[in-house]
Amino acid sequence: MYERKFGEVILDLKGISLSFGAMRVLNNISFNVRKGEIRSIIGPNGAGKSSMLNVINGVYHPQEGEITFRGEVRKEMKVHEAAGFGIARTFQNIALFKGMSTLDNIMTGRNLKMKSNMFWQAIYWGKAQKEEIEHRKKVEEIIDFLEIQAIRKTPVGRLPYGMQKRVELGRALAAEPEILLLDEPMAGMNVEEKEDMSRFVLDINDEFGTTIVLIEHDMGVVMDISDRVVVLDYGRQLADGTPDVVRNNQDVIDAYLGVPH
Amino acid sequence: MLLPPNQTEGQQSVALDTFPKLLLNHARVRGNKVAMREKDLGIWQSWSWSQVAEEVRALACGLAALGFQPGDKLAIVGDNRPRLYWSMAAAQCLGGIPIPLYQDAVAEEMVFVLDNADVRFAVVEDQEQVDKLLEAREQSPKIEHILFDDPRGLRHYEYPFLTSIDKAQELGRAYDLEHPGFFEKMAGSTSGSDICIMLYTSGTTGNPKGVVLTNDNVIITARNGIIREGLTENEEVLAYLPMAWVGDNLFSYAQSYVAGFTINCPESGATVMTDLREIGPTYYFAPPRVYENMLTQVMIRMEDASKIKQRLFHYFMEHAKGTGTRILDGKPVSFMDRLLYKLGNFFVYGPLRDVLGLGRIKLAYTAGEAIGPEIFDFYRSLGINIKQLYGQTEGMVFICVQPDGEVYADTVGTPAIDVEIRIDDSGEVLYRSPGVFHSYYKNPESTAKTKTEDGWVYTGDAGYFAENGHLKIIDRAKDVGKLNDGTLFAPKYIENKLKFFSFIKEVVAFGNARDYAAVFINIDLEAVGNWAERRNLAYSGYTDLANQDVIYDMIQECVEQVNRDLSKDPLLADSQIKRFLILHKELDPDDGELTRTRKVRRNFIAERYGPLMDALYSDVDVKHVETQVKFEDGRSGILTADVKVRDTKTFTPVKAVS
Repeated sequence: MYERKFGEVILDLKGISLSFGAMRVLNNISFNVRKGEIRSIIGPNGAGKSSMLNVINGVYHPQEGEITFRGEVRKEMKVHEAAGFGIARTFQNIALFKGMSTLDNIMTGRNLKMKSNMFWQAIYWGKAQKEEIEHRKKVEEIIDFLEIQAIRKTPVGRLPYGMQKRVELGRALAAEPEILLLDEPMAGMNVEEKEDMSRFVLDINDEFGTTIVLIEHDMGVVMDISDRVVVLDYGRQLADGTPDVVRNNQDVIDAYLGVPH
Repeated sequence: MLLPPNQTEGQQSVALDTFPKLLLNHARVRGNKVAMREKDLGIWQSWSWSQVAEEVRALACGLAALGFQPGDKLAIVGDNRPRLYWSMAAAQCLGGIPIPLYQDAVAEEMVFVLDNADVRFAVVEDQEQVDKLLEAREQSPKIEHILFDDPRGLRHYEYPFLTSIDKAQELGRAYDLEHPGFFEKMAGSTSGSDICIMLYTSGTTGNPKGVVLTNDNVIITARNGIIREGLTENEEVLAYLPMAWVGDNLFSYAQSYVAGFTINCPESGATVMTDLREIGPTYYFAPPRVYENMLTQVMIRMEDASKIKQRLFHYFMEHAKGTGTRILDGKPVSFMDRLLYKLGNFFVYGPLRDVLGLGRIKLAYTAGEAIGPEIFDFYRSLGINIKQLYGQTEGMVFICVQPDGEVYADTVGTPAIDVEIRIDDSGEVLYRSPGVFHSYYKNPESTAKTKTEDGWVYTGDAGYFAENGHLKIIDRAKDVGKLNDGTLFAPKYIENKLKFFSFIKEVVAFGNARDYAAVFINIDLEAVGNWAERRNLAYSGYTDLANQDVIYDMIQECVEQVNRDLSKDPLLADSQIKRFLILHKELDPDDGELTRTRKVRRNFIAERYGPLMDALYSDVDVKHVETQVKFEDGRSGILTADVKVRDTKTFTPVKAVS
């Protein structure tokens, strides 16, 4: 409908290899992420997709390779750096505070943005109060954006799975990230929930200009919403390119459909 | 205080006979009073009457700047949003005609209306509706401008004819400066006999029809309703029903403009119940199913409550059953009963009303279909003044309303102010009122068929006046038949009476051109299943459960109860149910037995179950049948069963002693 434009490369991964003991999880992976694009990582179970995501936000430290983030070359990311620099993520298994309301869960995503100290927050006065009101406004905007007004005050433990996923997305959004890492956001959803989630991913990218790195199983969804796709298989990089290029790549077809013998 | 027509406070009489004039008058007289609220980002935002007038003015001038002419139609599509209501007023200020459409209609359904009404301008809520209109526009290229409220997702839509409401208002303010006096002139030159709105009726058969209504139709009817119920400018209303429906136009637009009360727009469709509680409306409309759902919610939550609370609840609800309704109707109640009711009000009724969001209700209406007497009485016994009304789009809603203190579950009340009613020889109800519509748009044949030259309108409903002077609607006129002995037979009336029992899910009544009335019944698997489980009654599925003798006994009691009721009805006493059977399968839209809106297709069912029909009208006790059924995945199979048929007891008609 319109031409999508992307900015410069904001994250560049070169020759990343990661091992746990003798187990080689990632083997010489190189790809980059440009500002404003929807970048997907796909591959069968155990391909190393989640590990790749963990390398990006600093949970795992690769033995080889270099990461260039915002023009700075480094050997590894650190968790607090990643978060501080605007990388937020969601998890494959939902990691919310089950007893807390949707609103409070999303509010926790604002944590890094809060400046006033605990004392002032506790007595809720002066700057702390003003700050809280601003954060609440931001959270309400996210609630509106994700259309979850009706569950604002509901404890998330009582919500259906698809809704919990949405709340988790909301919490990641609350950090106002530059890059949003989504680990299988559509796993276990029915068709309608998947469509909703796809729409939110597209809208976030469109509305806030957020760069999105997405891991997904569902090939249909990935091919529909991604700008570029990188394919992993047993820690190896099989292909990298637009959905069309990837779809017609013989190695990818073999890996997904099996090789005739 | 409500003023008589044609008078304003402190001014000599200016005829307030159009919406633009009413709006400008409110801005003058009660400029600081809240006219509208909307919950946005978790907070209720409000607009006063003078602010609304400013917004409408900017929007109207914006429309004019874009080329909107008097007589042009403005399609409005979306949820209940303040700006959509303002566009309605804006179009009316320019002598245009707003046409609200159902927001959940798909593009193809919209094409007919857009094309039929020659719509040039549309105001829509969001991207979803813009997409639909773009699709519709391919088939109905008459649309020249589309205005939207929420810009989300529309950033990359580059169409010259797509404008945001904000942008239109900006254009409007500039236009207003360049053309001083334009707005006043346009708004002032509207008159009572002008067409003020077109509402398309959904039309169960054929294409929808555009009901054309004038300012006089709408405003006089709205005012009559306000006078009869004593409503004031201090009412609070929640606008949550589709804008395309005549009721919403009356309750959340017309009556607010006449009386000056406040309209509240919910945050989203899913938050209506929460918003209802936060607002606490004083004037409320809901179709019966909403009241039914609320009651179910209460009952489910009571099941989980502690034993003490349960006993308290049941004790006081039992007391309220007799007392509450009598107090509400102003009938004598003994001192002790009154005292106990006060106590109950403190412990149970008050908190319960508050939880339901009905704590401040002065007046609640219901209409559309029959409401179960138990549901009706539940709310009335809590002290909530819920009343039935009878109306239709062609008469701007009000035909009959139940008067305070004379509320009966099975009648729809007495004629509303200025409404005349007569029953023709075939039993069909006709009415004549100031609200009677102008015409069906571009459809003189249908207009002539529905409205006589001297202004009487055929409702299509059969009914009669009960002895207390209240109108009683029994069925659609075309469905009412006669038994072979000439007795009146109203299938839907009988079906509804049976469906009020929680064990019965669907009923199909037969009797037209037969010797007696008889019914097919579908039990409610959930309710009856529960009942069976509590009695350790084993069953393998619907077919098995439906065929058990104890279930037949239970249903027979229900049928005989209905017969007892029917025997007291002067017209329908002889159409008591003589035989019934419980169908071996649940009626299903997939098999064509129900419409998508779950109405029974009586003739289709009679044909499909021919052998069972024969069994109903013979004296066999058991009938073996084989039925083809479609499963959800599209495959089909054969269902066989031995269906029992039972005779029921009938009662001697109780003739009223005069």
